Amino acid sequence: MIQGIPIEHFLIVSTIMFFIGVCGFIIRRNLITMLMAIELILNSVNINFVVFNRYLYPDQLQGHFFSLFIVGIAAAEAAVAIALIINIYRKLRNIDVENVNEMKF
Amino acid sequence: MFYMFAGIILIFSLLSVTTRRILRAAVYLLCVLLATAGLYFMLNYQFMAAVQLTLYAGGIVVLIIFSILLTSHITHRFKHPDLVKLIMGAGTAAVGAGLVISTLLSHSFQASTAPELPVNMTTIGTQLLSTEKNGYVLPFELISILLLAAMIAAIVIAKKEKNKNSEI
Repeated sequence: MIQGIPIEHFLIVSTIMFFIGVCGFIIRRNLITMLMAIELILNSVNINFVVFNRYLYPDQLQGHFFSLFIVGIAAAEAAVAIALIINIYRKLRNIDVENVNEMKF
Repeated sequence: MFYMFAGIILIFSLLSVTTRRILRAAVYLLCVLLATAGLYFMLNYQFMAAVQLTLYAGGIVVLIIFSILLTSHITHRFKHPDLVKLIMGAGTAAVGAGLVISTLLSHSFQASTAPELPVNMTTIGTQLLSTEKNGYVLPFELISILLLAAMIAAIVIAKKEKNKNSEI
């Protein structure tokens, strides 16, 4: 126990954050806000990895490195997603998901 | 201290997915990421917290804000989402969160009593570049190639086509 806080409290916070991200991903229609919901989801997963590493295996660093790599992948994903969003905006003049079905063909 | 950070994370993440102004959503996301960095500081992982601050709060949020400014009007407000979609999203989130929380409350975690590894830059750097046990050189190289590919892809996708008389 670190500073008197049990591990379950950290896990509950990250769980609720994950499902707020899922809810935002479902109810939003703008592509950028959907990207923000994905960032929330990835962030809650990072908290989980770090907390498990700290509480259950404090003599190793696996969770720490996993979250480092997840942060790197999230940065790459955000860069590519924003390039795509800007390109879609140039073609369609807005960035709602309903209009993107033109990309199917 | 922990409960303050947890409250900030929960309140601002909820606001970030429900607000109707897109720039405010980005600022609320920034608050969530900063509070997460605070949690990492509390857990004594200073390097992880610094990476969170520089890459997430510094890099990704700035990228998102730039793209918001490029693609939408500041005064624009979203319409309210459909009631059906709202109910389905909230229902999915509530059912999933209830399931996961009940599972993790019924499981008993055994905290390890192993001696704590001091997490300083020397340990992190050595493990990141070592090829032996507990070494992470292979994912390190993979992620460097992935970053290079993502950078090239972003440039190629977002580039304007020159020899086409497009209207923009």
